[in-house]
Amino acid sequence: MKFSALLLIAFRSLARNKLRSVLTMLGIIIGVAAVIAMLSVGQGAKSSVESSIASMGTNVLTVFPGAGGTGGVRSDAGTTSRFTEDDVEAIRKEAEAVRYITPTARMSAQVKFGGQNWRTSVYGAYPEYLQIRSWNLASGSPYSAAEERGAAKVCLMGKTVVKNLFGDSTSPVGQTIRIKNLPFRVIGVLEEKGQGSFGQDQDDIIVAPYSTVQKKIVGGTYAQNMFASAVSEPAIAEASAQIDEILRRRFHFGVGDLPDFTIRTQTELAQAMGSVSSTLTVLLSSIAAISLLVGGIGIMNIMLVSVTERTREIGIRLAVGANGRDILLQFLVEAVTISFCGGLIGVALGVGASSLLSSLQGWAVKLSPVSILIAFAFSAATGIFFGWYPARKAARLNPIDALRFE
Amino acid sequence: MDTPIVAVRNLCKTYRMGEMDVHALRDVTLDIRPAEFVAISGASGSGKSTFMNILGCLDVPTSGSYLLDGREVQKLTRDELSLVRNRKLGFVFQSFNLLSRTTALENVELPLLYRRDVTAKDVRARAEASLQAVGLGERVLHHPNQLSGGQQQRVAIARSMVNDPVLILADEPTGNLDTRSSIEIIGLFQGLNRRGITVVLVTHETDIAAFATRQVVFKDGRVIRDEVNGSPLDAAKELARLPKPEAVA
Repeated sequence: MKFSALLLIAFRSLARNKLRSVLTMLGIIIGVAAVIAMLSVGQGAKSSVESSIASMGTNVLTVFPGAGGTGGVRSDAGTTSRFTEDDVEAIRKEAEAVRYITPTARMSAQVKFGGQNWRTSVYGAYPEYLQIRSWNLASGSPYSAAEERGAAKVCLMGKTVVKNLFGDSTSPVGQTIRIKNLPFRVIGVLEEKGQGSFGQDQDDIIVAPYSTVQKKIVGGTYAQNMFASAVSEPAIAEASAQIDEILRRRFHFGVGDLPDFTIRTQTELAQAMGSVSSTLTVLLSSIAAISLLVGGIGIMNIMLVSVTERTREIGIRLAVGANGRDILLQFLVEAVTISFCGGLIGVALGVGASSLLSSLQGWAVKLSPVSILIAFAFSAATGIFFGWYPARKAARLNPIDALRFE
Repeated sequence: MDTPIVAVRNLCKTYRMGEMDVHALRDVTLDIRPAEFVAISGASGSGKSTFMNILGCLDVPTSGSYLLDGREVQKLTRDELSLVRNRKLGFVFQSFNLLSRTTALENVELPLLYRRDVTAKDVRARAEASLQAVGLGERVLHHPNQLSGGQQQRVAIARSMVNDPVLILADEPTGNLDTRSSIEIIGLFQGLNRRGITVVLVTHETDIAAFATRQVVFKDGRVIRDEVNGSPLDAAKELARLPKPEAVA
């Protein structure tokens, strides 16, 4: 029998029991819509994590004091390495895979301008900090190496700080603000970065020369962290190894010793975050898959009823020359038609639900054609899988018994 | 002498019902030659229906051989039997067995749809011609529930002949019909038979059997009578003798 004829038979038979067909489809509709919505929520979460990590700078390494890792014996408090500008200088000179490096000093401080005040993070770092984080200026200019050396009281301001101190009207560039009561001239405004990987506001920041912050605000000699970038993304591992080697030498650690500093790369962070959102996607998808399974069982149930109801029809078809394959295909096409139509409606519903979630809840939702394709393929496969048994049952009927069936 | 359409030798069919063996057919041997019109009669349980099912390749014998149009069929697979039914046989049943909610035309097209060698255009043309031949040219798009019993049986006959079978098997085709419709239906069979198609008809009505050219009687799974009817009734003449039907729309 021709495929078009089979399709026609399937549509007629479904149209004959409209309510029943729609209810059967509902299982698949819900399943497919759930798969699509869940996948796009999962994908959205993943890509927002990825983009926020990328906003940190893609080939960034952080060196901080204290042994990293988990568990095991830790060094005693107070025995952690203390980084100085000499360490930074050594790395800058010796580590070929490192392009930029800066020590950082960070402190939370009250900043004032006119009648406004705001508590924010003040970052002290070399001018290279901006290159490391691939951070551009929205206006103004960065401080120079000379200003760094001279501990000039200049600063760059993040958008959030600008908003809170200056409002939207006045331009902060050229104005003088007070950080811990010291006057600082604002020479540039940083471009907006948005939320960081942990939801923190990356724009709530003031960046100033390291020497200035270290001497005049923090008041210490040791850097809190070192922040570096590799010459290229593939060179991150090499850069990490070189820094490790240099610091071990400078702090007198043997090759096998557990050093009391930690080098963390952006890739590690991305992997950790990525695995969280992958788990989320798997979890959500398995819930969706279960609803597809339930929908499939619904199809099987209805197809079994349909085969029993139409036993006589099967008998007639067998008597006039249909063979087992013809009957099998007829019922299989019917089952697949249900699941395919269900899949089609489910895709529409899933896409609608995803966009609703993103507009109402503000969730990061990412619809991928692949997830639509997967959902579609799964719904068709469900039809074949769960339609097979009833169809085979129909195909194996004995013609005489089928003809005599009341 | 012609090769027989149906050559049955020592046919036995045994059903197992619980602990008992039921011998539906015991050692039946029968030849049916081309263009014969055979009426098979017998009480219920005489084995005539089992015999028809085997002739119709809907069932296979327990033992014995059956040659249909020169071909051994008792060892064919399910799908091969389907093919034989499709190409060589036509069925007419007492309860019509038409697909409901499907037009007369589509019912007649059904056997052709299971062939791959007939184009869609030919399918339609042959089905229409077939319905024309049974006098239902005007009602091709009616559904079975819009047709009288006699008309439904005509659709069934049109369906049985659409594939140009060598043998048409009719199982009590007039059982659900009034006298007039019955004779009209028998007339159609006589027409087919005169065109050279072999017809085997099961009936328990002796006045229907009188239209056949040969009468076979079954009893307890055996053929107890098999005689040629030298002067079969002619449906057209019988119909003319019936009182005119009251005007029914």
